[in-house]
Amino acid sequence: MPMQFSAQEIIETIRMVQMENLDIRTITMGISLRDCAHPDLQVVADKVYEKICRLGSRLVPVGDEIERDYGIPIINKRISVTPIALVAESAAGDDYVAVARAMDRAATEVGVNFIGGFSALVHKGTTTGDRALLSSIPEALATTERVCASVNVGTTRAGINMDAVARLGEIVCETAARTAARDGIGCAKLVVFCNAVDDNPFMAGAFHGIGEPECVINVGVSGPGVVCMAVKKEPDADFGELASIIKRTAFKVTRMGELVGRAASQKLAVPFGIVDLSLAPTPAQGDSVARILEAMGLERVGTHGSTAALALLNDAVKKGGAMASSYVGGLSGAFIPVSEDEGMIEAATMGAIGIDKLEAMTCVCSVGLDMIAVPGDTPATTIAAIIADEAAIGMINAKTTAVRIIPAPGRKVGDVVEFGGLLGKAPVMALHPWSSAAFVRRGGRIPAPLQGLGN
Amino acid sequence: MAGMPSSHNRIIVTVIGQDQVGIIAAVSAVLAEAHANIVDISQTTLQEFFAMIMMADLEHATQPFAEIKQRLNAKGEEMGLRIDAQHEAVFNYMHRV
Repeated sequence: MPMQFSAQEIIETIRMVQMENLDIRTITMGISLRDCAHPDLQVVADKVYEKICRLGSRLVPVGDEIERDYGIPIINKRISVTPIALVAESAAGDDYVAVARAMDRAATEVGVNFIGGFSALVHKGTTTGDRALLSSIPEALATTERVCASVNVGTTRAGINMDAVARLGEIVCETAARTAARDGIGCAKLVVFCNAVDDNPFMAGAFHGIGEPECVINVGVSGPGVVCMAVKKEPDADFGELASIIKRTAFKVTRMGELVGRAASQKLAVPFGIVDLSLAPTPAQGDSVARILEAMGLERVGTHGSTAALALLNDAVKKGGAMASSYVGGLSGAFIPVSEDEGMIEAATMGAIGIDKLEAMTCVCSVGLDMIAVPGDTPATTIAAIIADEAAIGMINAKTTAVRIIPAPGRKVGDVVEFGGLLGKAPVMALHPWSSAAFVRRGGRIPAPLQGLGN
Repeated sequence: MAGMPSSHNRIIVTVIGQDQVGIIAAVSAVLAEAHANIVDISQTTLQEFFAMIMMADLEHATQPFAEIKQRLNAKGEEMGLRIDAQHEAVFNYMHRV
């Protein structure tokens, strides 16, 4: 029987994996913890630990098996759970740190490097459980290694809960202070969302939404290096051709996600949720989204034209990926985290990109102002105002936006903060010095925009 | 199962490195020992390197895939080549709609 593939096709796949960093960024198991509610918080924590260990026990070995069978690296295996504010709310007390610690122990036990879902959805207002969760975030992030927290403060339908935004400004600063010895690394595990999605497989913002099944497998693909090489090969292509090249590449990359997701789902006997089409960079050479934009013809990412380049990239990735998978979901767009992208780090260090251009770029991609280090003395109200700006972009454009910002204690503009590993390093970026305090302190809710009245 | 990755039990073996005498013989020996049937062989170049591609059927193999892959990896190290094996499904998914 002849081979069904040409040697060129086989070599293309091998080249993508071995030379261009094609990988599956994450297989994330979503686990519902809705049945873990109990009036006693310690019982909640015990049930949470038991259920995560029970359902998640085979995730890592199965991931490793798939990696071996298909020869596609699977970088992370992770778990997302029901927002803990919902799970812990029936329990007496207002300190949920015990649940975070149970999550941390369970993550260690099953061998996942991050577990997401120490979360609350407060876009229209806060309940007792939400308030308890918010207050527990700094301590939870300071005393656990693997737990990630997220809070949804706005939606296109509900508007923006500015009371929660103001509170989050304080929580970000407090979390930084509690992890000051490690340059405020706690903030790298805290995402503030507008229009958060239920099936995001990427950390730190993953949680298992309330409409999700008991257990589900979601997959996040990656491959900025593959797209970058494809773009570099065609320096003279016009924009139509450029979009086609990216689409074809995204299709192939996404097919790997589809294959891995289906295999994981079958081996674990857990339904397959979605493939997330995001282009997620890492600090490694040849795995940068910034370099794709530069390959399109920008001298440095952040210069004029960056927003247009990113818009084209983001859209072409979605178009190519959408046909490659039966179920597309999650965030599905290019990520532009500063500390986690080698090209972004370089551009930020030389001053080619700043907070304002980053904010503009978040209008056309997922997810938002991500992994940005700012001076340690930044007022909480300024952090809150940054969150409000980003949430407004999400709300008006009916898209997900997020803020993951690190006011690094004791650091000043020009310093470099090292987080290590996948979190990378970030030059401390300048912010506008003028106060937003009076604006943030108004309180209440920014009303839902006309875009929310779609019925 | 509908839409599942692999109905066939076929693998693609790729050898990448400097061309040398005995590559095909060495890879064939590992596969023969496992009773894996070689279906097709081709060769090409990957940048400046030599690349050989072999498709093998594991239907009647006497060793599990993991072991065959491990033996191929080891043989590669011995010869200063990169020898790897992957399920055919990877290429099916990426290159066929």
